This record gives sequence, C-alpha cells and structure tokens, in this order.
Amino acid sequence: MDVLVCVKRVPATGGTIPLTADGRDVDTRSLGFTIGPHEECAVEEAARIVERFGGSAAVLTVGPPQADEQLRYAMSIGLQQGVRVTTGEEETDPEATAAAIVDAVRTLESETRPFDLILFGNESADAGNCQVGIRVAHALARPAVGGIKGIEPQPEHGTVRLRRELPDGIEVYAAPLPAVAAVREGLNLPRYPAVTGRLRAKRAHIRTIEPELVPGGLRKVRLRPPAEAARETVVLGHGAAAAGPVVDMLAELGMV
Amino acid sequence: MLVTLVESAQEGLAAGSANALAHARELADVLGTHVEAATFAGAPEVRDGLAGYGVSRLHVVEHGECVEYSPECWGEALAQLLDDTRPDGVLAAATDRGNEVLAQAAARIGLPLATNCLNVAPATGAAEGDPAWALTRQRGGGVLLEDAELSAPTKLVTVLAGTVEPSAGEAVPEVDVRTFVPQLDTDPARSRIVDRTAREAGVSLATAAVVVSGGRGVGSAEGFDMIEELAELLGGAVGCSRVATNDGWRPHSDQVGLTGTKIAPELYIACGISGATQHWVGCRDARRILAINTDPQAPMMTRATYAVTGDVHEVVPAIIAEIRRRTE
Repeated sequence: MDVLVCVKRVPATGGTIPLTADGRDVDTRSLGFTIGPHEECAVEEAARIVERFGGSAAVLTVGPPQADEQLRYAMSIGLQQGVRVTTGEEETDPEATAAAIVDAVRTLESETRPFDLILFGNESADAGNCQVGIRVAHALARPAVGGIKGIEPQPEHGTVRLRRELPDGIEVYAAPLPAVAAVREGLNLPRYPAVTGRLRAKRAHIRTIEPELVPGGLRKVRLRPPAEAARETVVLGHGAAAAGPVVDMLAELGMV
Repeated sequence: MLVTLVESAQEGLAAGSANALAHARELADVLGTHVEAATFAGAPEVRDGLAGYGVSRLHVVEHGECVEYSPECWGEALAQLLDDTRPDGVLAAATDRGNEVLAQAAARIGLPLATNCLNVAPATGAAEGDPAWALTRQRGGGVLLEDAELSAPTKLVTVLAGTVEPSAGEAVPEVDVRTFVPQLDTDPARSRIVDRTAREAGVSLATAAVVVSGGRGVGSAEGFDMIEELAELLGGAVGCSRVATNDGWRPHSDQVGLTGTKIAPELYIACGISGATQHWVGCRDARRILAINTDPQAPMMTRATYAVTGDVHEVVPAIIAEIRRRTE
C-alpha cells in the first residue's frame, strides 16, 4: 500500500485568537503552528497501514517554506517522503489548493505509481472548507468518502472499507483502490514521535514543487471574532462546602 | 431562481433543510427571484412542508443508484440537475451530508463552494450581470467568523442550522413535483454503502438534557467513576475533554468539542476542564454551565453560569453525597 497524507500548517490557537490590524488574517507572531487533530490521525493511520501492509507513506502540504515543520512532524511518526507545494504566507482558497495538490500528485505518481490511498483531514482546523479532498478525488477520478473513523484496506481485493459515524448510526462504504478518504479524530490515537524519528525527520530531504495557483471563486475578505453574550457567573462556593448550593441549584432546575 | 436541497426527517422536513429554505426565501426576496427545491428521497414527506416556504416546484431525483446515499452518485446527479435548471444559487444544510454532496457537485461542475455559512446576501456594489454574494462563514467550528465573497454563475452555499428564524413566505397553493432522472454511468470510481447500523436508543451525548464532563483535572480513567456516578444520578450522559481522550481515559465518542460532539444540553457540568477554544465551541450552546475547577480564572469558570472553585476530587463526591442524602 502506498499512502499519501495531505496536511495544512495552521496556527496553534488557545483561548483568544489575535487578528492582524487589517483583520485579514490571524496575527501569528506570538503563536506556534501545528496540524489539526483530524490530520494527526491521518498521519498516524498512514504509518500504521504501511507498518501492516508494507509500501510507502508520504506527506504533502500546500504552504510556505515554514510548513516544513509540519512535514517533519509527520516524517517523525514514520512517513518517509515529505513534499511541500510552495505558496506564500497568504492562505489559498479551496479550489486553488485542490488544483495545486492535483498537479503535485500527478507529478509524483508519474515517477512511480498511483497512491493507493490519499488521506485528508475532514476539514482543516482553521478555514474548514470541507471540500479540498473531494475536489482532488474528482480531478483524479477516484472515489472519496468523508467523516471517516475506520479504514480497513483490502489490497488483495483492490478495495478499502471506510466507516463513518453519523448522529443516527454508523455507515460502512466499500471503495475501489485507488481511493481518497477524509478522516476525523477518533480514527486512532496518534503516537508521540520517538527521539530517533525526530532526528531522522530533522535531517530528511523535503521535496519542493512550485505550483501554478489560479484563484477560485471564494474570496476571503476579513476575519472577525464572533459576538459572545456575556454570562453573569454565580459563584456557588469553594470546595466540598459548595455541595449544598449546587444541589439547591439542581433541585431548582428539577434535576434531583 | 434558487434551489434548496432538502432532506426529510421522521416528520416532514429535516430541521436543517427548513433553515436552508428560510435562508433561500429571504435571499430570493432580495434578489427578486423564486425558490425551488430538490430532494433525493422522501418526496411525499417533504412536499407538504415546502408550500409554506413559497416553494413552487420540487425536483425529485430518481435513479436506482441514488436510493441509498452515495456521495459520488448524489453529487453527480445534483451536478446534472443544476446543468439542467441553471439556478443562480443552491443552498443546503451545512450537515456532513449537505457539505459532502455540494462539494461533490461543485467539484464536478468546477464551481466554488462556501460551506458553514451564517448569512448570505447579495454583495453591495456587485456588478450587474455578475452579482457576487457576500457571506459570513464559520471557521474553526465558530472560533472565528470569515466575511467572504462568492462569485460564480451558480453559487453553492451550505448554511448552519438555527441561523435564521423560519419565516414562511407566501404559501403557494400547489407544489409542482417534477421527476429528474440523472444519467449515471457505471463509473468504477465510486464508493458504495455496504452496511448501516442504527444507533442504539438511550441517553446519547448529543441529545442528553444533562451532560457531566471531565477533563485534565479528573486525572485518570478511574477518576471518571465519580463522573459516571453523578451523570447517572442526574439521568445524564458522560462527556470529556480532548485531554481525556488523548490520554486514553475515555473513548473518543465521549469527547465534547470541535473534533468531538457538539452539544446543547439544559445543564452542562464541566469538571476539571479549563475551557480551551477546542472544547468551548462544543459546549457553548448549553443553556446553563456549572464549572468546577481549582483555577477561578480558567476560561470555563469565567464563562460559566455557575462556578465552584475547588478540586473535583473533593467537590464531585460531596455533590453526590448531598444528592443521596436528600433523595433517600
């Protein structure tokens, strides 16, 4: 099984998110960077699939040179090849991102063979457009299912089983390989990178591809924080002594 | 003309579809156009609900490959319907399925798509003949809002539930039902649903009236015994923060938050949870929040309805004992 994982470098935000003066972007000067939880699971899953079935695992990002940090994280988990499709600091729109990934995948596949599986996070942790994986799959004429929390490759049959959870139940899909899946956190419990993995990733070569970026029809104008209704907090007490007032409150609500 | 993609629920229109229809209705009034609807299944159930939204026509997609949900088949069929009807825009509920079907259709026609929108309106100063839409999208599950412009011959948008008051337009006496049969070849690049399991009945995290959640402050898998006990006493469900799932204390299905379950209970009891953004966006729709934390300045404590400063290992057992004392 040859697996490719696509990840996005996003700011690691805590409680409040600082914005630039023009409101066009997140002010990242005081923030670290990461990949989203869904993508961490995609990276882990790729490592597990290759450990189980053999083959190779690669990680790809569309982003600025600093995004090598995120590629090296994935490589420290065990993904062998890192590919950066280089853009500027400015976020690319979903159509442009998907087109850049498709070009890069075609280049990579023309040199070896098609990736059996391409994994995406269900949505990126910041923009969350929920569509790049599907656009890539369609351009490459591959099936795609989103919201995936279980992957069972059946390479001997040339298929993969993909499981997803919905509010009212669980669905299992069968898709012919090569296929695309957009995954969710809960797919697995990602490991922490080992020291040896981190050292290997630090020295690893990262391949770069210069894309042709054609803007799509969705244009970000500005970001702003959502209005939040201020709640008046009632302090019910300290420590075990608060139990009385808490149960009074529960009784008032008719819950005990 | 605008098209709203609608789905049926047990009793008529799904809530997300009704919300999308209300958005379409408002937008159509501003644009001076009308609303039609499209559905893949359950035509009789949705039909009666449509007239109240001033929907004049319902397109029912009929094809053997579309009876069961299939992302690729539904997306392809919708793409063909749009090619046939050429609407100015399509609105759907920003559910997993709504986002997925519209993304599939968008990829096939080569159109942009704006997902998870809160409002949609014509852009001011938009050029005649190429009118862009101005919209506000949620980013990061609602951590930030993004004002954006969408330019396309047919604009594809998904809208979040509960974002507009369902104000019915002028009732249309009769909804014209039109069957649309897509041409679906036997494209091998297609996933097929092979199994579906309904969720067991009972108190679920997403729908429970009371949710008792534990986070880092609970400290261990065993620490959740008291969380479970309190939840049981209140007839509620157990939840947890991302820390608790990442440390293997609880299954991911218990996680409340951006990458877990979003909940809106009557009462949310957050035990030893600081309230980082990732968690907050999952529980902020709770009617009331009781936070128990050693740090009175933790975001969850300052945003809660009720706060108790203290160690959950002292406070929670004391609450359990007090409930037992009063109910015995």
